[in-house]
Amino acid sequence: MFALEHLRHAYNGTEVLKVPAWRAEQGAHWLVIGPSGSGKTTLLHILAGILRPLAGAISIAGQDLMALKPAALDRFRGQHIGIVLQRLHLVPSLSVQKNLLLAQYLAGVMQDEARAHEVLSSLDIADKAHAYPHELSFGQAQRVAVARAVVNRPKLLLADEPTSNLDDARCAQAYALLESQARACGATLVIATHDQRIKSRMSNHFELKARS
Amino acid sequence: MNLASVSLAYLRARGLNTTLNVLLLALGIATITLLLLTTSQLEERMQRDARGIDLVVGAKGSPMQIILSSIYQLDVPTGNISWKEARELARHRAVKKAIPIALGDNYRGFRIVGTEHDYVAHYGARLAQGRLWQVPLEAVLGAEVAATTGLAMDATFNGAHGLGGREGEHVHEMHPYRVVGLLAHTGTVLDRIVLTSVESLWAVHADQHDIKDVMRIAELLPDDEKEYTALLIQYASPIAAAMLPRYINQNSAMQAASPAYETARLFTIIGVGVDVLRGFALVLIVTAGLSVFIALYNALLERRYELAVMRTLGASPSRLMALMLLEGLLLAGIGAVLGIALGHGLTEALGMALAAAKQVTVTGWTWTNDELWLIALALGVGGVAALLPAWRAYRTDIAATLARG
Repeated sequence: MFALEHLRHAYNGTEVLKVPAWRAEQGAHWLVIGPSGSGKTTLLHILAGILRPLAGAISIAGQDLMALKPAALDRFRGQHIGIVLQRLHLVPSLSVQKNLLLAQYLAGVMQDEARAHEVLSSLDIADKAHAYPHELSFGQAQRVAVARAVVNRPKLLLADEPTSNLDDARCAQAYALLESQARACGATLVIATHDQRIKSRMSNHFELKARS
Repeated sequence: MNLASVSLAYLRARGLNTTLNVLLLALGIATITLLLLTTSQLEERMQRDARGIDLVVGAKGSPMQIILSSIYQLDVPTGNISWKEARELARHRAVKKAIPIALGDNYRGFRIVGTEHDYVAHYGARLAQGRLWQVPLEAVLGAEVAATTGLAMDATFNGAHGLGGREGEHVHEMHPYRVVGLLAHTGTVLDRIVLTSVESLWAVHADQHDIKDVMRIAELLPDDEKEYTALLIQYASPIAAAMLPRYINQNSAMQAASPAYETARLFTIIGVGVDVLRGFALVLIVTAGLSVFIALYNALLERRYELAVMRTLGASPSRLMALMLLEGLLLAGIGAVLGIALGHGLTEALGMALAAAKQVTVTGWTWTNDELWLIALALGVGGVAALLPAWRAYRTDIAATLARG
């Protein structure tokens, strides 16, 4: 589904990431694991197409990301990649439903309230469709963030530290949400975390070493 | 969902800030709208009132005062002029038309103007009812006078000595006027005066000369006692403009005043005040622009994640730039519309206050094309204020922003 080769990235001349090769099949679930500062977030951003690596090749769903012009890359990301950020970052001035419609609008796909409702229902928060982000509990907000990431049926679903700061029960729940939603749209799932608790739940591990 | 609804949702969520910025801009725009509407209406009105009058001749004194008192019925006259001298002047070959004006009395604040039928014809006024005056003490009412006082045809009323408004004026109870005609609305000075013959004003003061039969006042009053307040003159030829004023000023006890020159002078004097107000309004608008700029720029920091997330959802940098510009333009647009509405409302309120003072008529229910420039100005200010925030939004490094939080 995606393939990385000879990937290298550096900030101010300091190398922060080096991935010789990594391939994932469509629908596979991967865990990117490693201590803080090992480049997990950088790797995730490169996969998401919001960061251009210094060198290397990335292809996602048969598309060479390095060959895309910036505007085309933005469109590709909107349509094919869903991202759940650690801090969620829902748009505070928009209701839950509007947050989902915004994702459709910005990706340039048709705005489909039925689809938004379907995703919210599958996450058990359809009753919060007209609530604003500040009215939600963290658990609810996380569901909305997941819903927003999968509303366009992405081919690749990325999650950055989705379980840090959560207790064991919530951690399991958060993982289950991502897992089931990725399965529902047949997306390849990549979770970047330093949380050892979900290590046992996933079979595919991509480990990044701490850099000195 | 589209950029406009995202912008509107954000502006609504920041209600206080938005209201403040919109109000600042609206106040500036309203002030300029008020100025535009009142000065354009005043100028138009003053030009209409002075149209076709080349020269006003009054008693020696300030030319401006002569113009204001005899054409616009605003100021008090400089005094009276001799009937004999005025008659002589009216026969001068450089004079095509001379209309006498006699002032001195009022009815409930509306001036009673003694004149000739030519005066009505000069302004092209039509009678709504009745006829023009024929004998002394017959009166014709301007449209506003009739509407305000409620006087109808054949009603009688007493004039009061003076030019109006003050308490304790002497009322000429002995010589009541009778309404014989009502003028249709003209949009000129005629609307707010009572018209009658010059003889009527002499008649009302006949007691001082022991004259009982006021109907024959023109015969009974010695010529030396007859007076006008002013003479409105139309030149026979352009050459008259060069010689007549000097001739009058040097060879008579009268003073010539040019309406064109004096109104131009008046507008330069008023213009200073208008310029000050306009400058003040521009300062308000610039302040509003700065305030919009600060609000959008500060919001950038607060919204950096929101903007970054929109990028991850597929928005291109130019979309974010458009979003910020749109917010500036929306604020400015709302401010402009509100300001123009407010300006019209204020003008109408001012018009009502002025109507109560029986002076000039100003209305808020009119539109000048200059207001389109005002909208353009407001949008320009909003756009410029949003420019730097928009550029910053365009340049946002999303990966770095998201990595930090």
